[in-house]
Amino acid sequence: MTELSDRVGEVIEAGTTGFTAQCYELYHSPPLGSLVKTGDTYGIVHNATTSSLDPSRRPIARGRDEADEEAIYKASPQLAKLLRSEFSALVVGHRQDDKIHQYLPPEPARIHGFVYQCSPEEMKEFSQSLDFINLLVNAHLPVSADELVAAALRQMSQAHDDRHAFLVSAGKELAILLSGQFHQLKAILGRIRD
Amino acid sequence: MNEQDREKLGAVISGSLEKGVDVKLDSSVSVEDMAVGRYVTIEGQKRRFFGMITDVSLEVTDQRLTLAPPDVSDPFIAEVLAGTGTYGMLHVTPMLTISSEAVGPQPVKTVASHFSTVNQASESDIELVFGKEDEKRFWIGNPLDMETKICLDLPEMVKRSNGIFGKSGTGKTFLTRILLVGMLQKSAAVNLIFDMHSEYGWAGTSEGRHNVKALKQLFPSKVAVFTLDEETSRRRGVKTDFVVKIGYDEIKPEDIVLLRQTLNLTELAVEAAYQMRNHFGKNWLQSVTDLKGSEESKALMDELHIHESTFLNLQRGLDTIRRLPFIEPHVPSNAVQSALEYLGNGRNVVLEFGKYTDITAYILVANLLTRRIYASYRDKMEKAMNEEAEKPTPLVITIEEAHKFLNPEVASQTIFGTIAREMRKYNVTLLVIDQRPSGIDAEVMSQMGTKITCLLDNERDIDSVLAGVSGKSALRSVLSRLESRQQALIFGHAVPMPVVIQTREYGSLESYKSFGFFEEGTESEEQVLKDIEDLWE
Repeated sequence: MTELSDRVGEVIEAGTTGFTAQCYELYHSPPLGSLVKTGDTYGIVHNATTSSLDPSRRPIARGRDEADEEAIYKASPQLAKLLRSEFSALVVGHRQDDKIHQYLPPEPARIHGFVYQCSPEEMKEFSQSLDFINLLVNAHLPVSADELVAAALRQMSQAHDDRHAFLVSAGKELAILLSGQFHQLKAILGRIRD
Repeated sequence: MNEQDREKLGAVISGSLEKGVDVKLDSSVSVEDMAVGRYVTIEGQKRRFFGMITDVSLEVTDQRLTLAPPDVSDPFIAEVLAGTGTYGMLHVTPMLTISSEAVGPQPVKTVASHFSTVNQASESDIELVFGKEDEKRFWIGNPLDMETKICLDLPEMVKRSNGIFGKSGTGKTFLTRILLVGMLQKSAAVNLIFDMHSEYGWAGTSEGRHNVKALKQLFPSKVAVFTLDEETSRRRGVKTDFVVKIGYDEIKPEDIVLLRQTLNLTELAVEAAYQMRNHFGKNWLQSVTDLKGSEESKALMDELHIHESTFLNLQRGLDTIRRLPFIEPHVPSNAVQSALEYLGNGRNVVLEFGKYTDITAYILVANLLTRRIYASYRDKMEKAMNEEAEKPTPLVITIEEAHKFLNPEVASQTIFGTIAREMRKYNVTLLVIDQRPSGIDAEVMSQMGTKITCLLDNERDIDSVLAGVSGKSALRSVLSRLESRQQALIFGHAVPMPVVIQTREYGSLESYKSFGFFEEGTESEEQVLKDIEDLWE
């Protein structure tokens, strides 16, 4: 069972293709490209933001007289409560009847669903199939698909004993998907080589 | 069959029956491990196909890849692109199919469906197609890089004329020697071999190494050696059975026709030879050469309407023949009769030419003997057809430098042309050995049952050998890429599909054993063993 410590946040906005979650701890958003899940839905983190709780009140600079950045937070402990970190994930699959399907789930995630960061074992299980790469490549996101794919593969490769073999097979999958776009392929391969 | 012992190469992606199919190689298979001439099997949905690799090519999915090649020093990128962005292609010519309905391999009439799996043919696949070595099948060599034996059905093969071709020094003689050994062992035919360079009867030489044994040493009781040059034969220690001498009266104008080019005779001179024969009868050759500038000859010229220069031309040519030492005015023993007797008793005859290796002697003797042996066979065969008497044993006549006998100008007139065309009817067939197949009449070439060809690189020679074969362009690339020694392409009647072979070893102690010379327990066993040991000393 997923441990409590893997719990990173809670869904605050959900749609068929993605969801946004707020982190329980400021700045504790999972890294770009990591695999997260809420309920039976899996997602890959593609964006993270930190902003003021109240959109109408922008943060102001406070550090003129402080020695270092940490001192600012120490001097104003309320800051941790007035700011929040959020991250968005792209839905890349779901679990049904104990099987992982790498396509969109029938229903979106639930608001206030807990979001967990997947353990290496789960990442390994999920990356047995590489069909999710197609969803990543074709998503229209603020972050470029090249960056997202590369980040996701780098993250997943760490769960594999043979990193190189995993990256090569993922690279081959990419080479087929991007058969007409050699430059894009080259860019991604350049970012994932170990 | 065990699926694991097959090596998967890739999948069929396009193609046609006419042009062959294209196979995309799997990324795990390197193009550098492929070779033209190798066999593959294609597992179709309903039947299996056998095919031969006839071309290997490199492809890319994106042309930009060729314009800006990736950093090849990075093994990761190279590994990712292998089999995806860049891949190898095989061009495979399907040759045979095996389906559950029909027994044995059938010619192809369709191609395998899209994405059928292509495997490297296993040993058992090859055996299924070419059969096992048995009483009729003779092991001639192995497919490239495989241990399986490729076997020829010899009794079937000798029913038609066959050809062995290849550039000089590519192993024609070795191949012929192996084939002759096979014929002696496994076919019911007897051989008459016109052995121009004295290589088949008694020890011949392998290129620059050691002596190798030949037919008489291996089959002492089955082979008779005839010689034109007793002295040379004796010096080489050959046990000859008969010394061939030819009488003037045995030479006919037909023999002169063949020699027209070598003797530099005009058409008219050849014509004159026929007139002379009519005029003088049997001893025409002597009579003509004896006529020297006398009044008598002038009168004869006028009578026969022969121009003087033509006559002199003919006379000069006939003088050349007369100067051959084995031609004598009167010969007590009849070579033809004697050869026929040996052949009739099932013994094979090798005629050594000794030092008379010039083409005039070879053409003259081969033509003269063959014509008369053929005539005798025809008589016997016709008798056998009418009276249901015993048919004569099938005869295979081996000739070298075949383009001299079978070139388009003379093929229609010589006995060899007749044999090549009418072949089976009279139980006489040819084994033609030649290095310039383009010099052989196209009609004769087309009638050959099985062709075995070593490396050829002249365009015209290749064209002529492959004329009329389906999948010609594919075989052409295979043929011109044979190694220059010990490799040959076999296609035609005796094999179900064209095959490239590495010819089996000949000349080593092991090889003689592999021919089974020590199993039969013949009287000569000890002698053979001793001979072989001598060779290795």
